[in-house]
Amino acid sequence: MADQALRKPPLGRSHGGSAGARVTPAAPATRLSLRAGADAIGTLSLAFGLELPQRPKTSASVGGRHALWLGPDEWLLIDETGADLMGIAAGVSALHSATDVSHRNVGITVSGPDAGAAIASACPLDLNNGAFPVGAAARTVLGKIEIVLLRTGEEDYRVECWRSFSPYAFGLLSEGAEDAGL
Amino acid sequence: MSGANRIAGQGRLTPAKTARFTFDGKTYHALEGDTVASALLANGVHLVGRSFKYHRPRGILSAGPEEPNALIDVSRDAARRQPNVRAPVQEVFDGMKVESQNRWPSLAFDIGGVNNLLSPFFAAGFYYKTFMWPKAAWEKVYEPFIRKAAGLGVSPTEDDPDHYANRYAHCDVLVAGAGVAGLSAALAAAEAGARVILVDEQPEVGGALHFDTSVKIDGQNGYDWAQATAAKLKAMENVTVLTRTTAFGYYNHNFVGLVERVTDHLPKPDKKLPRERLWQVRAKRVILATGSIERHMVFANNDRPGIMLASAARTYLNHFGVAVGRKVGVYTASDSAYEAAFDLKRAGVTIAAIVDNREKPGEAVLAEARKLGIEVLTGHSVVDTKGKLRVSAMSVARNGGGSARWIPIDALLMSAGWTPSVHLFSQSRGKVAYDAASGRFLPGTYAQDCLSVGSCNGTDGLQATIEESLAAGELMARATGNENGVKVELRGESAFEWTGGMAGAGEGAGADTTVKAFVDFQNDVCAKDIRLAVREGMHSIEHIKRFTTNGMATDQGKLSNIHGLAIASEVLNREIPKIGLTTFRAPYTPVTFGALISHSRGALFDPARKTPMHAWEEAHGAVFEDVGNWKRAWYYPRSGETMHDAVNRECRTVRNVAGLFDASTLGKIEVVGPDAEVFMNLMYTNAWDTLKPGRCRYGIMLREDGFVYDDGVVGRLSQDRFHVTTTTGGAPRVMHHMEDYLQTEFPHLKVWLTSTTEQWAVIAVQGPKAREILEPLVEGIDISNEAFPHMSVREGQICGVPTRLFRMSFTGEAGYEVNVPADYGQAVWEAIWARAEPLGACAYGTETMHVLRAEKGYIIVGQDTDGTVTPHDASLSWAVSKKKTDFVGIRGLKRPDLVKEGRKQLVGLLTKDPNVVLEEGAQIVADPNQPKPMTMLGHVTSSYWSENCGRSIALALVAGGQARLGQTLYVPMPDRTIAVEVSDMVFVDKEGGRLNG
Amino acid sequence: MLLIYCPYCEEERSELEFRHGGDAHIARPTNIADVTDEAFEEYFFLRDNPKGLIFERWRHIHGCGRFFNAARDTVSDKFYLTYKAGEPKPVIPGVSPATEKTVETYEATEGTAK
Repeated sequence: MADQALRKPPLGRSHGGSAGARVTPAAPATRLSLRAGADAIGTLSLAFGLELPQRPKTSASVGGRHALWLGPDEWLLIDETGADLMGIAAGVSALHSATDVSHRNVGITVSGPDAGAAIASACPLDLNNGAFPVGAAARTVLGKIEIVLLRTGEEDYRVECWRSFSPYAFGLLSEGAEDAGL
Repeated sequence: MSGANRIAGQGRLTPAKTARFTFDGKTYHALEGDTVASALLANGVHLVGRSFKYHRPRGILSAGPEEPNALIDVSRDAARRQPNVRAPVQEVFDGMKVESQNRWPSLAFDIGGVNNLLSPFFAAGFYYKTFMWPKAAWEKVYEPFIRKAAGLGVSPTEDDPDHYANRYAHCDVLVAGAGVAGLSAALAAAEAGARVILVDEQPEVGGALHFDTSVKIDGQNGYDWAQATAAKLKAMENVTVLTRTTAFGYYNHNFVGLVERVTDHLPKPDKKLPRERLWQVRAKRVILATGSIERHMVFANNDRPGIMLASAARTYLNHFGVAVGRKVGVYTASDSAYEAAFDLKRAGVTIAAIVDNREKPGEAVLAEARKLGIEVLTGHSVVDTKGKLRVSAMSVARNGGGSARWIPIDALLMSAGWTPSVHLFSQSRGKVAYDAASGRFLPGTYAQDCLSVGSCNGTDGLQATIEESLAAGELMARATGNENGVKVELRGESAFEWTGGMAGAGEGAGADTTVKAFVDFQNDVCAKDIRLAVREGMHSIEHIKRFTTNGMATDQGKLSNIHGLAIASEVLNREIPKIGLTTFRAPYTPVTFGALISHSRGALFDPARKTPMHAWEEAHGAVFEDVGNWKRAWYYPRSGETMHDAVNRECRTVRNVAGLFDASTLGKIEVVGPDAEVFMNLMYTNAWDTLKPGRCRYGIMLREDGFVYDDGVVGRLSQDRFHVTTTTGGAPRVMHHMEDYLQTEFPHLKVWLTSTTEQWAVIAVQGPKAREILEPLVEGIDISNEAFPHMSVREGQICGVPTRLFRMSFTGEAGYEVNVPADYGQAVWEAIWARAEPLGACAYGTETMHVLRAEKGYIIVGQDTDGTVTPHDASLSWAVSKKKTDFVGIRGLKRPDLVKEGRKQLVGLLTKDPNVVLEEGAQIVADPNQPKPMTMLGHVTSSYWSENCGRSIALALVAGGQARLGQTLYVPMPDRTIAVEVSDMVFVDKEGGRLNG
Repeated sequence: MLLIYCPYCEEERSELEFRHGGDAHIARPTNIADVTDEAFEEYFFLRDNPKGLIFERWRHIHGCGRFFNAARDTVSDKFYLTYKAGEPKPVIPGVSPATEKTVETYEATEGTAK
């Protein structure tokens, strides 16, 4: 048998940003694009161990596992512990679609007092507390690319984008972070 | 030190803080806080530029962004150089270099000034009439001449070394303008709890309070109140105050563009600072407090240096401590100019006379003038001026034709009243209404959620402005859900209420065609030009504007609009509102490209998409080509190889041994659900119900009109899961197209789509040794020919990681496409390469891929098809199901034009001379000797040297092509005609046996 | 730049997140393979270009991904309302469908918005 192939994430160990907004590649995670009708939500929630959110722009998080509402029948599941999400989905008989997108997406965290302003350098969403509180999540745009944004804390955000867009997203967020930190 | 005309005890600048700058090479001293205009005036420099068309000497007209004359070139160094900067807006910093523009060889002696003497030939519409004939002269003579003569500044030639930033912002209330009105409105809104953004283009807030020193608010000097209020607002958490920031564009749905000038005033800016920051603000409500702009008087030779707006002179005195002259004349139709005379008089400047063209000025200002001993000539006009490089005298005459007398002066202040700044309101698509009583265009019908307050709304009087603004601030805060705030009250007093104002040409503008009474200084438009335009038949204000250029370019009618309208109205004998007002366009003042582009430059200009194997490819010498945003390995030249050599070698190697190709960029869509098969049947022409799990099929997607939209190999992983591939460029639109049908036409289907393009790295291993290379690396899949025939797919492991292994080919050789999760792509590629290289295989790029597929007649959608090609035209009828009763495009395919004889069809072309490679895009004819224009039969879509065939090959779209097999056609080129034979599309392995090898 | 209320996300979002999708309420014939040339032309090729009220499709492509419909004024760009795909064409109180058929002159298109 050949040696196990090594994983090579696109951003490596890059660091960017400013004191006010640190920009860091997130560790590899498992991810699922989950699609289902309203009737399967209960069963799926039980299987994944968290309540799949049903309100727009919300998310649910339990022990490093996040479920982000992306659309009325669409969730992005991220498991930072690397759990086998496809395996869990396979055990659910209720009608749904689960597709592995673990390697499609790259996570970037933006943290610090200026994190919101750093993201606002390229993202048209209103990130004020009233409009985008901790736990809020949305698919949106960042400059010329699409991202999924999750607010994980008062001063912490997670940006998810497609793999080949990650250097662009990282560069843009770093520039935004530098300007926001001035 | 900072200028002989600086008056001690006047102004708000600190005498101890000085800065040095040069103007046309000469060094001057300024004070910190000076603008270029105030510093030059302090040093007695009035002549600062030459006019656009006549090259007339020009001075500083205003103290704000409406400045039409004093346009200068400002630089820090060779790369940091900006033309057409307004001297009254640009702050001086130590070490700055300023140059005048539009003059040669020098500002005082300018050859182009001959245009002034020749001006009878340069009347309005001159360009349209003069450069008509002969036509051939346009390109070589006229256009270069006009381009050289036109334009003011010179563009920098080096790259802009600065960087620019962008910020999206959201607020309840955006307030544009921080004068009395804006500050009051912002304060009321902020105290009510609203999220407020307050912007002002000047370095400090205050607006008209910069010059109007007779104002007190809550007992405090107006300007000081403004600063204190701004400080209070800045300290509030819900307020952002942006100075040096222009609201330049008011777009749909309360989207307002702001540009913040961050470093242009700093002597040595921190390199981290952006030069400018673009703010893209979405405001729930907007309050426009943009104030008003004083108009000049229109009279003969009203453009000499030293002639300026009265409020500007007041600003230079009261804010900058600069007297604009020692013996100053005033020509006005408005009370406001009197206060300039009062302030100058009190500061020790002689006022030669106030010439008021009204019979009855306001009582209060008249009384004050008398008290100060200033001569007032009511019912008089200034009918001419003298002075070559600076005004030296004004000619004053009684209205109605009295004799004129010359009064010596060294500066002349003027005011024809105030024009409300309705630019942003107008940009918001609000409709202005003409107020005949005051002769002003005012905000009429609002198109968006905004309100105008203060003088831009035609509100006169300080207390009225304050009350209106406070009420607006409160109202807008309430409208955005802020109910529980503190109510603000303010009390303002001012010394005088102003009356008066006029529009159009005064007595001194003359009726004849030689008098230069300027309406638009920047574009050198005189009263006579507007009269001429009307005489020549331009009766709409839009036509007059374009014929004369009045109010064009950066002026955007700030000074000229109302005068121009009034003159047209007089000549046409029609009321002003019947003539209308031209539309104010964004931007309000010029915005740099840098600010608009902001972060989108260099590496961030556009995403450069790289595949998981990119680093390996780079290390192995690949040359890359751009395919959309992707960087794809094009070919891998070895030492000494040309592209041609490399591609030939790669083509040979793949057919004789094997090759590795990075196919990761192909679009991938996972179609999942119990109705996946039904959905695929609707989206593709093929029949998918007959495709068993574990097998693949080449699919064609049409648009509803029957034309080929995309293609790709589809693998069926299980009953309810398809792995669909698309073209590289087509991935996003195919996904959108599928979602469109799924959501809006077939919403009953239980199926979901997920883009997996970037989930998988795809390594194509193609060629006779492909299986030998892969076999030891693969686990859990029997890849023998029998167990895993051509067009199969299996899931298993390769190099210890999961794979979706496809047996498929885009080369005509036996081949595989190894899909692995993207982060493993490079490692798996390296493992495969380690097996492949010793066997003599190569890595190949997109060019070789193109040649190999063309040798097999495999089409590329978008290259061999162009949106007008059906599957039948492309010899792909076999892929269109005849049994299905529906799929997208089924009806389109039956359209009369699509089933007609003689359609262009895809065929092969073989040049009679095998060494000639056709040009892609070349036209094809039947008879090369027919008269022109020839009847075109079609064009070459793909053409290559085929090393494997030892000759050139081509694909072409040819009318009635299938029926022409064997015919000789011709490709006429500029230097020769190439004879070609029509062939079928397969040039290598016509039977296809190699696929199963 | 428009601000568009997404009926699925239940809030206004920037135009940057959306893609326009052409006229709304044009259903694909269920028997499309059998319709006449004229019917197909009407369905696929012919569209009005009204001045005033239009019903059009949008997709919140960089948001929830859903297609939905909007009633918009083509002159002012004001959205009267947006609603989910599949819902019936609404009546907009006080707004009548555009009646002008041909708009050719500058005066006719922009004349009132000088």
